[in-house]
Amino acid sequence: MIINHPLLGQRDSSEFTYLGDAKLIERPDPDSETATHDFYKYAYLRDNPAGWHKELWFHEAGDRSWLVVTRNTLTHEISKVEMARDVAREKGRRR
Amino acid sequence: MHNLQTITALGGKTPRIDVFDHITIIENDSVALASVTARMGREAGCYKVLQKLLGVVPETGRAVLHNTETGFYMGLDQWMLTAPRVSHELIADQLKKLFGDNASVTEQSGAWVCLDIIGRAMPDMCERLCAVPVRQMVAGDVQRTVIHKMGCFVIRCMANDQLRILGPRSTAATLHHALMTAATSTA
Repeated sequence: MIINHPLLGQRDSSEFTYLGDAKLIERPDPDSETATHDFYKYAYLRDNPAGWHKELWFHEAGDRSWLVVTRNTLTHEISKVEMARDVAREKGRRR
Repeated sequence: MHNLQTITALGGKTPRIDVFDHITIIENDSVALASVTARMGREAGCYKVLQKLLGVVPETGRAVLHNTETGFYMGLDQWMLTAPRVSHELIADQLKKLFGDNASVTEQSGAWVCLDIIGRAMPDMCERLCAVPVRQMVAGDVQRTVIHKMGCFVIRCMANDQLRILGPRSTAATLHHALMTAATSTA
């Protein structure tokens, strides 16, 4: 499987480490009244779709960047690769 | 008074040099290293200092082979700067004064071993060591990759038959062994 890195171009997936659902970016607000329940959902509940899935991949054997890879879990087709930093900033994250 | 003797990454009093007919492997202990990471919101200030030091900000996958200071891309808004150790032993302190709050600077001289590979068999050796397209790379291209499970930087130098490998200093002997094995297999 080849991952088309937004900066470095096509790289073999063996250079990357899979970190699971990209929803990990959406860390709940610890000061919220529902924080306990939100963190339970954040830490333990995962969707397991047969189809398109947004995932976090870490370029461990490359430039150590975090990526959000949109991958079809049935075919391994990859439709989109983004820098996780850009995705987080689009969601309003500043840190 | 202690009478201390510094040793190289491979444990010798002087840098190790292994000479074959087709390749020479040189332990280069004359390089001082420091990493520079632009701080969020201060990127422009960081670029300005880099430009002043190197002439240009190293682009993705590129090294700038400048006079005294050289630098190469490590990751997004991260660079490794190098300079002669004899004049820049305290490179991180020297750079921090220049970058101020625009970047985080970390001393890296004690973290890496620098091994230069010179000779006509350099591309063959590189192909045995890592999955870097060395024959497509031009002078100044740099890639971070894995050699025998060790994360290394591979830099294509100005000389056509020279490659620089920066690897983890704590496993310098293992990396050197991998290079020696590859050198033997390309003989």
